[in-house]
Order: sequence, then C-alpha cells, then structure tokens
Amino acid sequence: MSTRDEILAKVRASEPPALALPDLPRFATKGGSTLDGFKAALVRMGGKVADAPADGDLDVVVRKLFPDARVVCSATAEVTGNRALGDVKAPADLADVDVGIVRAAFGVAETGSVWLTEDELGINALAFLSQHLVVLLDPNRIVGNMHDAYRDRDRFDAGYGVFMTGPSATADIEGVLIHGAQGIRSLTAVLVAPPRV
Amino acid sequence: MKRIDHAEASSKFIKATDHLDFHDKRLWDLRKKRDRVSEALPEWEQLRVIASAIKEHTLTHLGDYLEEFERNAIANGAHVHWAKDAAEHNQIVFDILGARRAKTLVKAKSMLTDECEMRPFLEKRGIVVMETDLGERIQQLDDEPPSHIVVPAVHKLRTDVARVFADTIGTDRNNSDVHYLAESQRQHTRPYFLRADAGMTGANFAVAETGTVVVCTNEGNADLSVNLPPLYIASVGIEKVIPKIEHLGVFVRMLSRSALGSPITQLTSHFRKPRKGTEMHIVLVDNGRSDRLGMPDFWYSLKCIRCGACMNTCPVYRRSGGLSYGATYSGPIGVIIDPAFDLRKYGSLPFASTLNGSCTSVCPVKINIHEQIYKWRQVIAERRQLPFVKKEAMRAAGKVLSSPKLYRAAVETAGAGVEHLPRIMMYSRLNAWGRQREVPAAPPYTFRQWYLENRTKK
Repeated sequence: MSTRDEILAKVRASEPPALALPDLPRFATKGGSTLDGFKAALVRMGGKVADAPADGDLDVVVRKLFPDARVVCSATAEVTGNRALGDVKAPADLADVDVGIVRAAFGVAETGSVWLTEDELGINALAFLSQHLVVLLDPNRIVGNMHDAYRDRDRFDAGYGVFMTGPSATADIEGVLIHGAQGIRSLTAVLVAPPRV
Repeated sequence: MKRIDHAEASSKFIKATDHLDFHDKRLWDLRKKRDRVSEALPEWEQLRVIASAIKEHTLTHLGDYLEEFERNAIANGAHVHWAKDAAEHNQIVFDILGARRAKTLVKAKSMLTDECEMRPFLEKRGIVVMETDLGERIQQLDDEPPSHIVVPAVHKLRTDVARVFADTIGTDRNNSDVHYLAESQRQHTRPYFLRADAGMTGANFAVAETGTVVVCTNEGNADLSVNLPPLYIASVGIEKVIPKIEHLGVFVRMLSRSALGSPITQLTSHFRKPRKGTEMHIVLVDNGRSDRLGMPDFWYSLKCIRCGACMNTCPVYRRSGGLSYGATYSGPIGVIIDPAFDLRKYGSLPFASTLNGSCTSVCPVKINIHEQIYKWRQVIAERRQLPFVKKEAMRAAGKVLSSPKLYRAAVETAGAGVEHLPRIMMYSRLNAWGRQREVPAAPPYTFRQWYLENRTKK
C-alpha cells in the first residue's frame, strides 16, 4: 500500500459525520464609489496614487515619479522604458531594474489590491525584483470586495497570479513598519484606462 | 522525550522585564488592531460562522477533497507527493532536490517545515537553506526556533537583532536602527534569491477545485522564492484544503484582519502551474493530522488557518513567550495541538491557561479552543500524566471541597492564617500563588456566617 493510499484510508476512516457546505451570500461593499474606496485602501496599505496624465503620456509620468531611475522595464506597450522585456533571458536578469511598469487586470476597492498574472507581468519576477513598481489600472475595472473578485473563477486559471496590495512590508522587528522588505519598495497606481485598440 | 515544563521554561522570560513588557504590549496591540478592523465589518460574525462551516464540511469530506486537489494539481503539470510523517516529508524534499542536483534552497515561512524539522535534516545532508522571511531569518541566524507563527522574532528587541546580525552577517553591532537592520537582511538575502536552485513555500490554502496553492505574505519572499529558481516545492498540511476558489473570498478577508489587523496581506499569491521549463512539486503531509481528525473532542483544531490571533490575545502567551511552550505551535492553538503529537512531552501545556476563553472568541474559524484545553486536562489526568504535586493538591482539595464541615474549617483557618502568619511563612516556596501576587486580605466573616446572622429566623 502506497503512502498515498495509507493516508487516504486513514483519513476516510477518521472523517467525522458529514457536515454540509454553507451557501456563500453576496456581501455588498459599503456605499461610496469603488474608485475612491480603492484609492483610500491602497494608501492605507502603504501604496501611492498618481494622477493620469492629461495628455496621456505615461513615459513622462514615470520619469517625473522616478527621475533618478537608471533601468526602467515595462511589461506594457503603453510605457517605453529602456530595458526590453522581450530581450530578458532569465528572470534573475531583472535584478537591476529600478522601476517596473505593468497594467493590472483589475483592482479591488475593499483592500486596494491589484490582480496581476503572468499575462500582465510577462516575466513574473518583474513585480518582485524591481525596486519600485508602477501599476496602470483602468478605473472601470475595480470590483467592490474580495468576494466579488473571487466569484469569477475564470480569472484564476493563470499559472501564477497575485493580489498585490501596496509595497512589500514587514514589522518583524519590534513592530516597526518597513516598506521594501524583500520585494518592491513602493507601488504607485496610475488610474488610467488602456488606449483604445 | 524530555517533558516540557511551561511554568519553568517561562520563568527566564518573565525575569527579563523589558522584553516581557514589550512582548505583552506588542501582541496586545495586534489584538487591538484586529478588533478595529473586525468591528468595521458588520458581517464579521457571519463570516466566522461561514468560515468555520466551510472548514468543517471540508474536513468531514477530506478524502474526496484531497483526491480532487491532487487530480487538478497533476492536470496543471505539478507533481504531487504524499508524506505520512515528518521523516517521510523531509526525505521526499531531499530526494526532489537531489534529482535536480539542487544545493541551495530559498524558503518562505512554513510552520509545517518547522514542525517536520526539515532544515536541520537538509543541512546535515549538504543543502544550504536560506530562510527569507525576516523574522524566520533572525531566528535561523540565532539558532532559535520561531516564537510566534506570524511574527517569529516578536520576543526580540532591536538590540537583540543587532547583536545577532553583527555576529552572523557582519552588520554594525551598535546600530540597532530597525530600517538599517531590515535593509541589511534584504541586501544579504537578495543574491540567494537570484542564484538559488530551488524555492520552497508552505500553503495557507490549497484549493481543491483548481489545484492552486495560495500563500499569503507581506514581504514578497514567497514570490521571489518561487518565481526565480527552476524548481518549486510546496509543503502542504492535508488540513489546508478548501473546496473552491470562491471560498478564498471568505478566508482571505479573515486571515490578515485576524493576524495583523490589516484587510489583506501585501501579497496574496496563487501558484497553480509551473512556469515553462520549470518544475513544481507539492508534498501533502499527514504527520498526525488524520489521527486528530479521528478525535471527536479535538478534530476542530484542524480548522486552524494559522492567523495567530489566539496567541495575541492570550495573557499567558503574551507574558511567557512562545519559546516556553517548547513546540512549533505555541499559545492556545499549540496547547490543543501539541498534546496530540506527544502527550507526555506536552502534558503541562494545557495547564498554561486561565481558561478565560478569549482565544475562542477571536478565532476566525470558531475553534472552541478553551473547551479543548479543558478536555485535554481531563485526558491528562485520566492518563495519570499529572505531575505528583498537582495530583496530590487536587486530591486534597477534592476531599475538603466535598465535605461542608472540612470546608468551613479550612476557610476559617485560612482566614486566620492570612491575618496572623508572618510574611516569610505566607510567601514560602509552597505558596505558588503568592510568588507574584499579594494574597488578598481575608474578609471579617464568611458569607455563611453573615447569612446565619442576618437571614435565618432567630
């Protein structure tokens, strides 16, 4: 008998009498616009919000936010950058990226989270090796709460996906809050719709 | 196995008053943060009921859900292994590493790997294991186990961390600025992420519907551990399975609110398939969980989502520190899990409790922790595992309490004793209660005396 069969047999012999799966009610988010909720939640979690450029020039926005950045790598064609993601052979080659730019699939107002998968990231490590991340988010693609986010199962077919909420952080030493633990030091969301195709 | 004496182990912690005060305040602060965010959600108590019910349903159908998870994980291109105990888990991990000639492993925080004592097993066999979570890294460098499942080094002050880092990674011993220390660990660890042969995480949740491993972190170290190396191993306790993606809405909303008082962790990562050209392995671990599933009084403990809220609220844990429990799982959840692993070794833990029930009231999945603590005491007494002094004291107390005459005599004598005994006799070594408390003054008369005097017909 393999360990697998042994464990399953033991589990089935030990299972207490069956209890039913509860229904999941719909929990509505508090009143107020999801956009305002998203911005407030993101800032509370240590993230930043930048205005969409009036002229639509996102390159300028990135340059203004990070004037000293040497390596800028964008996973979206909306920003040019100076490191082409397509040229990167190994994820570790992104180690010197100062600013990464991605467009999120959608956001969640309750928490200030953005959803990023391998489709949005190109190379997953971009969202973690970059010192700073700029996230473009369509203001019309913000759902109310995590229940709303998880209700659509198709969103979660990706091989890798992450809800990113602000910068990486830790308070492991005396409860002092640090932004920029192992991952990004800052996350700036720019609320702007993608260009019309 | 040396028996853990929690009271004795904690006396060292209690003597260090700076550490004790900070520890107590820091954890109570987490409790207050938890209260603020949970009170802000009108549906909080409803979510607790639903979360508990999802877990209970899953555990009573665990065999089916484990098979569903395995089926979907394999369809995703992951390898699924089964380990019946810690030794088998460690061997499987070592074999996976060996097959890929992996020598350096970066890992995110996983209590399961601590429970299995995986690190010493691998290190003895030549694998370099880098703990990448800041708290776990501090503990690794200090050769100490983690003291809290969410904030592993909560018992240390910044000066302690400065000392540990100075001795191990060459920082300035006199610089205990927290930003400096955290940045030092970031810079020291980063090359390991870039060069590691393999990465490892635990699992907060394993979704049966899709075969997804969900890991909740704040530091980003799990995502770096998985998205850089060509080999990923996830250690998953069998009780971590939940049925569907939609259930994550409930658990993700509750986990970080309960643990840290924030609505979500900075990163909520969903690992479903290996990246092209890489390997993903999932090790499903029993190690006593199926035994616990078969214990009618204690199987509810398997609902635990490892939030640590019970530890943050527990007055005993806050003032004794996690290391006093001598186990991977400490605090209230540890008290009800550890005796199932080893009744003799952990028999004192259920007595490290005031049975105040605060743990039960904060548990997001409604584990009846304090009731299980009480049940363990009964089990321990029945199995003759009570220490001699406690047993004799209980026996003597039982005699006095069951005889009204004896009881009244004892009460009157005690009252006189409190009034007349010199301090040196009152607070002798025999008076455990009096070690850190003043015995209250005896009232002038007992209730019975007052009642007889004032209420009975003369």
